[in-house]
Amino acid sequence: MSSIRWYKYSSPQTFYPLAGRLAPWFGVTAALVALYGLYISFFLAPTDFQQGEAYRIIFIHVPAAWLSMFLYLIMAAWAAIGLAWHTRLSSMMALAIAPTGAVMTFIALWTGALWGKPMWGAWWVWDARLTSELILLFLYLGFMFLHAAIDDPRRADRAAAVIAIVGAINVPIIYFSVKWWNTLHQGASVSLTKSPTMASTMLWGMLIMSVAFWLYSIAAVLTRVRSVILERERNADWVRQLGENA
Amino acid sequence: MTPPGLLDCMKTVIARDVRIALRRRADVMTSLIFFVIVVSLFPLGIGADPVLLRTLGPGVVWVAALLACMLALGRLFANDHADGTLEQLILSPQPLSLLVLAKTIAHWLTTGLPLVVIAPLLGLQFNLDADALLVLIASLLLGTPTLSLIGAIGAALTLGLRGGGALLALLILPLYIPVLIFGAGAVEATAAALGATAHLSILGALLLCTLVFAPWATALALKIATE
Repeated sequence: MSSIRWYKYSSPQTFYPLAGRLAPWFGVTAALVALYGLYISFFLAPTDFQQGEAYRIIFIHVPAAWLSMFLYLIMAAWAAIGLAWHTRLSSMMALAIAPTGAVMTFIALWTGALWGKPMWGAWWVWDARLTSELILLFLYLGFMFLHAAIDDPRRADRAAAVIAIVGAINVPIIYFSVKWWNTLHQGASVSLTKSPTMASTMLWGMLIMSVAFWLYSIAAVLTRVRSVILERERNADWVRQLGENA
Repeated sequence: MTPPGLLDCMKTVIARDVRIALRRRADVMTSLIFFVIVVSLFPLGIGADPVLLRTLGPGVVWVAALLACMLALGRLFANDHADGTLEQLILSPQPLSLLVLAKTIAHWLTTGLPLVVIAPLLGLQFNLDADALLVLIASLLLGTPTLSLIGAIGAALTLGLRGGGALLALLILPLYIPVLIFGAGAVEATAAALGATAHLSILGALLLCTLVFAPWATALALKIATE
């Protein structure tokens, strides 16, 4: 394995074509897995005895909520690496992840509202998880807007990295403070320590949809990072040659 | 001549910033008056029912304190950035994070502390009883330094940016939420005769954590902003 030169792909110039080759694969696989996951969700998974058909939104809601949190941590990690080692590509990755994470957060909030109306009788309640998810959306927006407000891209990378790290440290604090403040959301149905309280087809549907969401996110981020690379490196020779050859 | 020690430097920075703030009294007064006006708007908006006001009082005072703290953050580094003092601070042999801490302390003395002093008066307008007023003071005393410390990170990050004020709000207000929850929660718990010790302890813990972490992050942000 040592013959693979991992660092080779830490340069935007070499990563750009690699991302271009990988992104379509991730995109196509995401679509196929999502089709299979939706088939399970809508045709195989049983109707919930308590929540009826309306529960089926969890097949979108839960993966989006998971991804929204994971993506924030991954974004903060890339941003921190970029801040610590001045690796340009890491900061570009963080920048490329942010919009996908914000979209996931938005989907989680929106589908949660759609689910909340029939279940709780309200589109929105000030419950711990809803509120922290909303705050997570603000954190994503803060990262993106701060980055957009600074003209010098390197300074923007570093400043946005600071707020991403501060946000990542704050996410658990915010989560627990809101949790102690008020909790109405049902307890977590999936946990690593005890067996899940849902039918296994439902669980499978949810996990497969999560895989689809992961693959989609990777495809979207790789595609977006290519645009970021082109924009940042537009004065580099290799980008110019790319333009001439096209 | 021996160079001045770290504590001397911090004292000098604090004394300087406090003196500057006292010479620009209007700036200090503006955020204080802002605090009073925002709190006074709520009864006008929601009605003067005493029971309702007593329920809403802690939250209203705390939210207004949050906004007033945030409004004053623009002053924290902007003037020093404009006249070059900030660069001298960064170039000085003392650790920047501690000098930043000194500046934040001075900022709190001139913006946070006046809020704490005037808050009981506003609490009276909301029919809070004596116990609740005491806890309001205690929670603000523990909470507003945390607000200044966290706010300093945002002030450093948005230094010299266009649209800095609104961006600062977007960056900082989400991070203020835990302080708001436990600050207002302490007063509400007292009003409900539950005891505020737990809330105040958590506020203290938040203060200690930010005291360690925030000046370091602020110093990093300042270096990024001025490099």
